[in-house]
Amino acid sequence: MDWFPLVNSLRIALVSTVIIFFLGIFSAYYISKLPRGVKGALDVFLTMPLVLPPTVVGYILLHIIGPRRMFGSWMLSTFGVKLTMNWWSAIFATAVVIFPLMYRTARSAFESFDETLAYSGKTLGLSNTFIFWRIRIPVCKQGIIAGTVLAFARALGEYGATSMVCGYTPGKTATISTTVYQLWRTNNDELAFKWVMVNIAMSAVVLIAVNMFEKKKTPERIKK
Amino acid sequence: MALLVDIEKKLGNFYLKTKFETNKGVLALLGSSGCGKSMTLKCIAGIEKPDKGKIILNGKVLFDSDKHINLPPQKRMVGYLFQQYALFPNMTVEQNIICGVRDKKHRNEILKQTISLMRLNGMEKRYSHQISGGQQQRVALARILVSKPELLLLDEPFSALDSHLRFELEQEVRDVIQRFGKDVILVTHNRDEVFHLCNDIAIMNNGMIEDIGEKHRVFLEPKTMESAILAGYKNISPVKKIDNEHIYSEKWDKILKINKCDYDIKNICVKMSNVSIGNGENEIEFRVKDIIENPSSITAMLKPISDKDIGMFYLELEKDATITDKISVAIPKEAILPLK
Repeated sequence: MDWFPLVNSLRIALVSTVIIFFLGIFSAYYISKLPRGVKGALDVFLTMPLVLPPTVVGYILLHIIGPRRMFGSWMLSTFGVKLTMNWWSAIFATAVVIFPLMYRTARSAFESFDETLAYSGKTLGLSNTFIFWRIRIPVCKQGIIAGTVLAFARALGEYGATSMVCGYTPGKTATISTTVYQLWRTNNDELAFKWVMVNIAMSAVVLIAVNMFEKKKTPERIKK
Repeated sequence: MALLVDIEKKLGNFYLKTKFETNKGVLALLGSSGCGKSMTLKCIAGIEKPDKGKIILNGKVLFDSDKHINLPPQKRMVGYLFQQYALFPNMTVEQNIICGVRDKKHRNEILKQTISLMRLNGMEKRYSHQISGGQQQRVALARILVSKPELLLLDEPFSALDSHLRFELEQEVRDVIQRFGKDVILVTHNRDEVFHLCNDIAIMNNGMIEDIGEKHRVFLEPKTMESAILAGYKNISPVKKIDNEHIYSEKWDKILKINKCDYDIKNICVKMSNVSIGNGENEIEFRVKDIIENPSSITAMLKPISDKDIGMFYLELEKDATITDKISVAIPKEAILPLK
């Protein structure tokens, strides 16, 4: 059994999760400070990929990064880089699809943050960077981790947009989900079943990890 | 001059216009909730930005709208004790205190000294949710003191506590204030705290300072309705001035003689220590409507004898006082304090 789809799925999910981790946190932080109207409008726009069918996201993406489209053709003529049909092309697709998950969970975590903690940090002379990374993020840790794990899990399972942006080339762009579909389509039920099992096992590991982490994190109260 | 505040800020319908100076000591900002006390502190600390005005601390300009100066909170050297202490929940006691140390070179010495000074030995590695309310307050104070502030702002520090714990913590804050030796502003709506901890009082109402001065003066001779209420005067009545020596109390339906007064009086309050039962100057006859028992006294609620259903007069009596249906109360001129 060729393990390439597993490796490919994992690396796509990892890279896009890392990118979205920072992008999601920053947009959540800055957008939560914006006035209501702007916030609402941005919210609709940024959450859209969550509710759109992934194929629609793929379609829109192809209209941007496709080799005959504006950005895609510019990249091709200037840098000689074709943005579609590579293994990393899937990162664009998964990133767009998982962004709302990270953004929304991080934002609700930030909104429940007690702002007096930041105020008291400021009056104590702590820099805004310190307050952000050492107080705000750790205090909102639960929400941010939940968002990250959710985003990672969703990235692993991404199919629609990915298959449109990088197709299915065995050993090059194949991911677990596209492999399962391809195998089933070509009547290779036995192998498809194996990959389904791999997928289920992987998802179980992710969920168990989440549960274990949450149990560990429950603070122990010392009774006085 | 130590701290000079002269600021204006508009917040929706609310208009804050505060102006006061402190001179080395503890100033209490006293007022009912929503009067702008906390907003004033936030402006001083740099958390909120006033629309215009200036804030000067020990000669250093913290804010000046004309000169476009607005120092960030980090550079103001103003310590701020928040109501719920605002300890960082993800850090231990030790880490919380270190956050306040500006002199990173001598960090460990300062930490050690402070821990023992604030009696926090053994708590170093605990998190804020693992220590008691009193200890939390000490950590918060320790964290502020190591940051070497020039001014200490205490925002209702005891509001979240039971009354017996309140008194204990008050004493600790008293010690801290004495050791601190610089300006302190205490925001509260509790007049006992004010009396225990402060030298001067500023009465705040509706975003404005109505009265400011030495605490005995402000409490014994309130100038405005709000300061009379905050100072604990129960018998306050709207009045009509008849002439410079007579007023008509609308609440008790009675013309009262007063000490000569040449400005317009809208209200009066009655200083109860001068009031006596029985005959005398400005005698009013009341019916006893109800009696309320207090831990160490009773309060008789009195209504004027005239049938008009108007105001109540509260009279505190000893527990064993005999109470008849009707009581005459004499309110001598000295007991009547005119309010603007």
